[in-house]
Amino acid sequence: MAETEKLVFPAQLHQTQDGGIVVSKLDEMINWARSNSLWPLVFGTSCCAIEMMSAADAKYDWSRFGFEVARATPRQADLIIVAGTIVMKMAPVLKRLYDQMPDPKYVIAMGACTISGGPFFYNTYSVVKGVDHVIPVDVYIPGCPPRPEALLHAMITLQEKIKHESYFGKGKEKSK
Amino acid sequence: MTNEEIKQAITTFLPSAAYDETGEFLSILVDGTELRPLMRELRSNLNFDCDYLFCLTCIDWKAHLTMVYHLLSKKHKHTIVVKAKLADVNNPQIETVSDIWRTAEFHEREVYDLFGVKFLNHPDMRRLLLDEEWEGYPLRKNYVDENMIEI
Repeated sequence: MAETEKLVFPAQLHQTQDGGIVVSKLDEMINWARSNSLWPLVFGTSCCAIEMMSAADAKYDWSRFGFEVARATPRQADLIIVAGTIVMKMAPVLKRLYDQMPDPKYVIAMGACTISGGPFFYNTYSVVKGVDHVIPVDVYIPGCPPRPEALLHAMITLQEKIKHESYFGKGKEKSK
Repeated sequence: MTNEEIKQAITTFLPSAAYDETGEFLSILVDGTELRPLMRELRSNLNFDCDYLFCLTCIDWKAHLTMVYHLLSKKHKHTIVVKAKLADVNNPQIETVSDIWRTAEFHEREVYDLFGVKFLNHPDMRRLLLDEEWEGYPLRKNYVDENMIEI
């Protein structure tokens, strides 16, 4: 997909005498709408959450890409950014939060800890070695912690992923 | 009080106490069974007046355990460290100090959680951080965890 295509509204405009007719695919329209209005869950467990907050505030401002409606309840969220170390005691809580989110839902694993346990991979009795042991992950961002630019890149990557899904087709194929 | 004065006063009260001044603070070394009368004295004797327990932790030396208490007097501005030796590593027990310093209640639960030291007469001797059904005490040197990846 060319760079310009990403930004284009997914439809063709046919001019008529009194205006025009828009022809599009329902899948593409829905995905276009969904991907530009992802509501993240307010969830952070350690230092990555500080970078996540930074990505939300005025300097990086993730609302430019449609993420501004951060939700404090999983029941209204589409996206969970796992920002920080997940310990054994937190894992069931995270699973429960994920289960409470309505489909379709997405997961970004932010930072080394959520990808693999990161600095806590060796000699630990308490840290989950990768959040994908608990919930399925859509996009991984490496870093310790990743900069806000990296998080924005991951979020835009997720939007690209959503735009290629088939909402009415086979459905979102995700392992549970 | 200066360290010499503290040592003198403690020796009068508890002749078996030993001392270590190599660290930042004066350490009083006692056996676990002698801890409680000493702690009471440090708290209630106005010459010591240790009204603040700012650190309570444990050390695993494999052959024995050591309980460490950092005490501070807000009035006299002196800090006293009490180290109590627990010889029985299989069933370490010591009297609680949570009725003397309330803050010890949670600190002792944490030590119980991670080192397995049981505090006698503690009002609520449960795990603090780990799950209730957790097996073993992770900060002990002999702790075995099959899932742990060692470097």
